[in-house]
Amino acid sequence: MPFNFPLAPPSASTFAGPYDTLFYTLCAFTLLFTLLIFVGVIVFAVRYRQGSKADRSRPVYEDLRLELTLLGIPTILGLIFFYFGAAQYIHMRTPPKDSQDIFVIGKQWMWHAQHSNGVRENNTLHVPIGRNVRLTMISQDVIHAFYIPAFRTQMMVVPGRYTTMWFNATKEGEYHLFCNMYCGTQHSEMGGKVVAMAPEAYTAWLANGGDNSPQLTMAQRGERLYNGRLACNNCHGVADNPRGPSLVGLFGKRRTFSNAVAQVADDEYIRESILRPYNKLVAGYGQEMPAYESELIDGKLTEENILELIAYIKSMNASTAAGTNVAPGGNNLNLQPLSIRAGAAGPAVNALAAEKEYSEATPTGHGKNLGVNAYAAENNR
Amino acid sequence: MSAIGIPAPVEEHPHDTRTNYLNVAHTLKSWLTTGDHKRIAILYLISISTFFFLGASFAGMIRLELMSPAGVILESETYNKVFTAHGVVMVFLFLVPGIPAIMGNFILPIMIGARDLAFPRLNLLSWYLYMIGGGFIVASFVGGGIDTGWTFYTPYSSMYSNGQVGLALIGIFIAGFSSITTGINFIVTVHKMRAPGMTWFRLPLFVWSMYATSVVIVLGTPVVAITLLLVLLERVFHLPFFSPELGGDPVLFQHMFWFYSHPAVYIMVLPAFGIISELISNFSRKRIFGYHFVAFSSLAIAGLGFLVWGHHMFVSSQSMYEGLVFSLLSFLVAVPSAIKIFNWTLTLYKGNIRLQSPMLYALGFLGLFTIGGLTGLFLASAGTDVHLTATYFVVAHFHYVMVGGSLLAFLGGLHYWWPKMTGRMFADGPAKVSALLVFIGFNVTFFPQFIVGWLGMPRRYHYYYFAPEYQVYNVMSTLGATVLALGLIMPLFYLTHSLFSGARAAANPWGAHGLEWETTSPPPTTNFYETPIVQDEVYDFDPVAEYEQQRATSEIFDPGHPHRRIDKEGESKPGIAGADHSSSRAADGQKEDR
Amino acid sequence: MATIAHPGDHGHGGDHGHDDHGPLHHQFEDIEQQNECYIVGMWTFLVTEVMFFGAFFLMYTVYRMYYQLDFYRAHEHLNIPLGAVNTMILLMSSFFMVMAVQGAQLHNRKQVIGNLGLVQLCAMGFLTIKFFEYKEKFADHLVPGVNFTQNAAELHGANLNHAQIYYGLYFGMTGLHAVHILVGMLVIGALGAMWIKRDKLVTEDYVPTELIGLYWHFVDLVWIFLFPLMYLLPKPH
Repeated sequence: MPFNFPLAPPSASTFAGPYDTLFYTLCAFTLLFTLLIFVGVIVFAVRYRQGSKADRSRPVYEDLRLELTLLGIPTILGLIFFYFGAAQYIHMRTPPKDSQDIFVIGKQWMWHAQHSNGVRENNTLHVPIGRNVRLTMISQDVIHAFYIPAFRTQMMVVPGRYTTMWFNATKEGEYHLFCNMYCGTQHSEMGGKVVAMAPEAYTAWLANGGDNSPQLTMAQRGERLYNGRLACNNCHGVADNPRGPSLVGLFGKRRTFSNAVAQVADDEYIRESILRPYNKLVAGYGQEMPAYESELIDGKLTEENILELIAYIKSMNASTAAGTNVAPGGNNLNLQPLSIRAGAAGPAVNALAAEKEYSEATPTGHGKNLGVNAYAAENNR
Repeated sequence: MSAIGIPAPVEEHPHDTRTNYLNVAHTLKSWLTTGDHKRIAILYLISISTFFFLGASFAGMIRLELMSPAGVILESETYNKVFTAHGVVMVFLFLVPGIPAIMGNFILPIMIGARDLAFPRLNLLSWYLYMIGGGFIVASFVGGGIDTGWTFYTPYSSMYSNGQVGLALIGIFIAGFSSITTGINFIVTVHKMRAPGMTWFRLPLFVWSMYATSVVIVLGTPVVAITLLLVLLERVFHLPFFSPELGGDPVLFQHMFWFYSHPAVYIMVLPAFGIISELISNFSRKRIFGYHFVAFSSLAIAGLGFLVWGHHMFVSSQSMYEGLVFSLLSFLVAVPSAIKIFNWTLTLYKGNIRLQSPMLYALGFLGLFTIGGLTGLFLASAGTDVHLTATYFVVAHFHYVMVGGSLLAFLGGLHYWWPKMTGRMFADGPAKVSALLVFIGFNVTFFPQFIVGWLGMPRRYHYYYFAPEYQVYNVMSTLGATVLALGLIMPLFYLTHSLFSGARAAANPWGAHGLEWETTSPPPTTNFYETPIVQDEVYDFDPVAEYEQQRATSEIFDPGHPHRRIDKEGESKPGIAGADHSSSRAADGQKEDR
Repeated sequence: MATIAHPGDHGHGGDHGHDDHGPLHHQFEDIEQQNECYIVGMWTFLVTEVMFFGAFFLMYTVYRMYYQLDFYRAHEHLNIPLGAVNTMILLMSSFFMVMAVQGAQLHNRKQVIGNLGLVQLCAMGFLTIKFFEYKEKFADHLVPGVNFTQNAAELHGANLNHAQIYYGLYFGMTGLHAVHILVGMLVIGALGAMWIKRDKLVTEDYVPTELIGLYWHFVDLVWIFLFPLMYLLPKPH
């Protein structure tokens, strides 16, 4: 686990600046008064402890002026903080008239957003930066809440009536989206991301039908694993090399192993070779490939992943094995919603699927901590 | 006698062979059919402590589970039931009844010089209602659990949840009546059963706090009782009160729920304020600074507390204007609490402070409640609340006031009145260690939650794998929780040990001021052998004189009678050597410096 | 500190003390204190009852504001004359209650027993009429829930859901009220029995009777609010 102590959420909307100022002022005020009391208590407790030689003459039991002052100061400070908080609240509750509309439906346990030109997305919200965006929201079942910490705003999503919130994103990037009103079993999995894009990119995205490119095929997913997180292509290149044999045209080919046994490569063989390569070493190669069985046990690799890899390997011919990151179609694959999550494979698998999804965004190395800015930086490649 | 200052806890006179409330009868039936407020308090002590540890073990499971972003051993459905159970048990079965039912029941009548509460049989009924309510709530856990959160928001709780919501609602409804009967009892007792000479402004501040608490109980609890009953009716008979599909209004539920539940937090904290007043004054051996302000601030909190419920609903779709009104009032309700903190701190000034374990809890309270109260301002401000609501920031805030505040006061009061209640003194060494562990463990548990809430971590989340950067704070929090747990378990041992092996306590082992210290430890069933007549002011200490006495004579004050001294022959004598005691007071008992 | 003094011998033997002043409970110094405590206690309890019913009244107010027309339409099925008769019955019962309390003050046992009996009769009458009203509504499928009528005529054109809310509140509030009447009848019955048996607890001091009277007046008062709110709706424009 990397040592990452974020102390503030990203600031990505026009609310964040004034919000943070007020927040940090309240922090300072809290710190000041807390120290005042802590220091007062400790000093008095030490100085006037039983048996100490402090001057205890003329103790005070009532002091109306002091009391009224001590009453007045918090009241005035309270009113001041109220004023600034109220001003921000009014601002946040008043969507500007020129806002672009996006519609959101919350239901157990996912978010569904619809842009004004009909483009839809699930668990993700693409927004342009520098524009006022108003969300009109309703729930299909119980109360949810649409919460974007980086924008410093949230609003409950209630069945039976529309609620609205608005924001003006200021920085490109991907930010957490959470459901923030307890809504049942998968409340904590009902999240995703808000993707802030430059206005031109947003317009283009809308025009392209959003992320409605065809679903990734299994082979395409396998390709992302092969060239991405698992980096199989480091050893298994287009042609045989000292590090590892080529897998091009593997399926159906007859392989001879170091112990002179031979087998026609099929699904089982490929699976075995991923998990326990030492059992079926191809003739001419030593025991160098790591055994991915441990990753299967840890949950870093799933059976679905293995099937996807198999599909890719089956599809491999000389041209596709070149090791490219980008799937046909040209869309940035990192922004695909998780299809696995909608299934009911169980929370453990979903959790891992999500982790896999996020870590796939960084092609080299897995388990890297995803500070949001790093994530955004990756996507700009 | 022991060294200067700390009074020896052992008895100064031969073991009192008169019967007290504990040994007057030994059968189980005598306990289960008692009308004696002290016995009922002990019954409550046992049952409330049991529920506390139940709720605390749920908390342990939560913290364990949150160590990893993808959970540790629980499924989400179970985790949701665990945090709901933690909330329901801690709020309805520990925090709301806690101090009133135990210390209020035991000490309040003695403090005002009465023989019992006004309605002893109603008091016993109150305990049975509590047990029955608790039974239904536990039945709901055993029967499958509830996963709605302790706030039971509709329509999830009324139409969607598959848990044993009905049983839990019935349990809370019944426990609510336990609370109401206690409140009625206290109001009548304080109004009508004070001993001769015990005027309102001679009442210890604990009594003022209990009175204010009882007013809140009596006004607020019936509303939540009906609200929860309606949710139950909606679940069972599909009545359309809070479900939009049928024309109902889910936000109306929130209004009605919070109309009680916000004042409920004052039910939880006002008694704690009362205990702190007692501890600070008695362990500083000095009258509370600004007694009248502290007394009236309790009433102000009780009143204003009914006007602020909407600050739980700033983003609920209630109108912006409602939000502004509630925000303003929420800032105002903070002011009386601030007054108390200032006054308690100023009481320490020029006092004669003894740092025994109850005082450590009280001083810990001062710091932690300050933090809790100030972080409440972040939530009272509507603008900042929009980002922070329903995150761990709120969780940290209310744990600071509920645990750092109410629980610490509860423990302080328990230790303070333990010798009175049981007739035994506990060992102060382990008690101080325990207080320190609680303080440290508590801060390590909950301070990181402010940070992770500010970062955006929502509450009631089982998984947070979308945001693994939250893990480091969650791990810190869990580590703190283990220390806190240790500190909370320790009293079970040394307090129980004291019951069997502790030194027998004198009437006034702390040298404190108050009618409860005038009677034996433990008291007789009728509290006093003769009805007291009150002539002195409350917290009638004279720290200057005491200190002079100690310096001048190396004799110590008589713990049973703060204005007497024990001379070298061990005899108790009136007055203070070398000081003109009588002229330092005016005829009506006022000190000349006031 | 406090001077420990010896007041008169009043409270001491007090657990079952049968003083001149009647059975005094041990925690009280004298009968005056006991009576004051009971009265203050009963008033405090009535305050909780106000808040209890008040929550219902709040819901009714809110939903009536939302759905004025539908509430009017749904209420048309109520039997106003019967409701009016019930109101008169309860008012009369309160009068009889006052007479009973006066009888207790005057130590007039016959007056007490007679009037308490009349109170019981009135309460019985009230509940009987309520029974018939409810029976009619059950028959017309006006009980909210799965069996609620779909028949627009029964609802006089009101929206189905809103009518369910109205009837849910109707049954909830009048039902809760009827439960209070029933409890009152039981307590008055017990009180009457004690008067018949000349139990000192009630014959020597009028306060226990007065306490029951207070409760009964409160129950009557709730109905005085319920009746116009539920039965006497003005037609919205």
